[in-house]
Amino acid sequence: MRVFVQGIGVWAPKLPDWQTAQAVIRGDAALPEMAAKRPTGALLAANERRRAPDTVVLALEVAAAACADAALDPTLLPSIFASTHGDLSVCDSMSTTLAASPELVSPIKFHNSVHNAAVGYWTIATGAVEASTALSASNETFAEGLLEAAVYALSEHRPVLLVVYDIQVVGGLASVTKSDGLFGVALVIAPEADQRTKCQLDIDWVDLPASVAPEISCSPAEAAVSGNALAPMLPALERIARGDTRPLVLPLARHRGLSLVVEETTP
Amino acid sequence: MSQHNRTTAIAGARHARTLALTVQAFTATTAAGSGSGRLWDAVFNARSHLRVNDFTPTPVAAWIGRVPGLETAALPEQFAEWECRNNRLAWLALNEDGFIDAARTAIEHFGSRRVAVIMGTSTGSVGATEEGYARLTGAGSFPRDLLRPIVHTAHSLGDFVQHALGTSGPCVTVNTACSSSAKVFAQAERLIRMGVVDAAVVGGVDTLCGSVMYGFNSLQLLSPEPCRPFAADRNGISLGEAGGFALLSPAPAATEDKEAALSLTGWGESSDAYHMSSPQPDGLGAERAMLQALFNAGLSANAIDYINGHGTASLKNDEVEAAVVARNFPVTTRMSSTKGITGHALGAAGIVEAVISLLALQHDWIPGNVGTSIVDPLAAAHLALRGEANPMGHVLSNNFGFGGNNCALIFSKNGGVR
Repeated sequence: MRVFVQGIGVWAPKLPDWQTAQAVIRGDAALPEMAAKRPTGALLAANERRRAPDTVVLALEVAAAACADAALDPTLLPSIFASTHGDLSVCDSMSTTLAASPELVSPIKFHNSVHNAAVGYWTIATGAVEASTALSASNETFAEGLLEAAVYALSEHRPVLLVVYDIQVVGGLASVTKSDGLFGVALVIAPEADQRTKCQLDIDWVDLPASVAPEISCSPAEAAVSGNALAPMLPALERIARGDTRPLVLPLARHRGLSLVVEETTP
Repeated sequence: MSQHNRTTAIAGARHARTLALTVQAFTATTAAGSGSGRLWDAVFNARSHLRVNDFTPTPVAAWIGRVPGLETAALPEQFAEWECRNNRLAWLALNEDGFIDAARTAIEHFGSRRVAVIMGTSTGSVGATEEGYARLTGAGSFPRDLLRPIVHTAHSLGDFVQHALGTSGPCVTVNTACSSSAKVFAQAERLIRMGVVDAAVVGGVDTLCGSVMYGFNSLQLLSPEPCRPFAADRNGISLGEAGGFALLSPAPAATEDKEAALSLTGWGESSDAYHMSSPQPDGLGAERAMLQALFNAGLSANAIDYINGHGTASLKNDEVEAAVVARNFPVTTRMSSTKGITGHALGAAGIVEAVISLLALQHDWIPGNVGTSIVDPLAAAHLALRGEANPMGHVLSNNFGFGGNNCALIFSKNGGVR
């Protein structure tokens, strides 16, 4: 299937936007020295920003950036959010409270603990009433999220917003989960090309002979997302940044994979 | 057959926009017991299976819908990696009503890569994570028996079901709170319509855990009594746990009785864009989802014989939902909530109530609204307080989740010919 990328948003502490990420990937610029702890949360009301969970400010940052890059009103777009582990910090906090004094669970922390909290905050902040979802597929989260976005765009004949994000693990969960730092990516995916289009994506399926490790990133951007649960999707951004048309295999479960080919759009 | 031809061929006279999918098999396990037979028995006989909360380690004044037998139903040895209460319920539910055999037959027929697995849950296996924190070692680690990463991540359920069935098609876990295992139907329809797969196993499993019991309690949304959906004196929800599955494909039903063929004929999805834990007061999001489902199915509102409401018995949901139904549907469209029987199964509510909708179609019976005596005037015109015998063609099922995530599904029998 063929879809078109209309807009891109990226955030990691040392990759605060897609422009910086492209420059670092291409080797045109070094990784910045300074690193923000987390995005500013500009979309949220001032009194919400400080308390908003990391996953929420991260997802909203890249979502807004992708919509701006696409010059598309967010209210027009169904939202497909996907995260490998969801908000590991809220989960750690809730679980710690439940283990010690369950009656002290806070209502706000509870509604922040649902996997669709980030997409909920996004639709509330933007007034977007179209369909929204929150997915997970373990190591295949980006691939399955991209598949759902492509299928939605093509079957419903409209652009959609895909947002993938993962944050660092803290506390007892670190004994079973590995993820470092903050990393979020958003893509506006459309079924047809127009003047906004940045590139086209050809998605197909492949059989893989055995358990195949994801392609390793080969750009200086890798250091900015190293250890994050979504780091394996970085080669997809590298293909886009470089206009690299070599097929990229995104492993799926059980000896299957998605093949992704990025090309410049033919008008 | 191309996607376009497939859609128009099946849409036929209904001018539907989406593909009608036959429900080849379905099952649900709830507080009423294992399998659809026990669930229907409770629905038909208007019997509540709620009990006083005996789940939490410290008192929380609530009634719950607890699935019997989970504590002793450990997973078979080959699934030890996925062992946890939630996946136990998934396995228990999968093995009822011949579902796993129907699924395996479809997988063999279409090929494992042509069958999708799309599962909904809200908390998934987080109960195991809570246990990990309760039993941290001196070094701050989970104890050895809980050092199983898959159980502590959001995709635990989808991953388990994929391994249990042996599929290699798309596999994802949907986690949108109370709409999760309704949205899986819509996602499957799009995948099949686009020709990515030929069939889908959809469903949901959610189990009681500390975070939902204490979390809902902190929001003051729990009733200290068995919930009373759409009642004038309702005062909150009763949580439940459940697991259920449905097998969807465009093929004609395998049953001999073609007239009894049950289909998913429409879905609608929307967001409230209003508040994380209260519905949009005018019900605009809920209405949008319901009207989109009708549009996708090519049906007008008066074609709907029965609405299985979200009907949680929260003050706000029932008020908003009743008003939306009253302004969009004629009084011949009957409505009830079945959460007074099973409790609110959260991420599994969608599949449970889809199964109840399918059973209602099969039996030509409108489920009664268990738990309620005094009906809220807002709901009175449509509410079926007691069950009603009624020839059934189309049923609408509502699911409205936290974060304002709405999904409405339409199921039909025999193409809607009563």
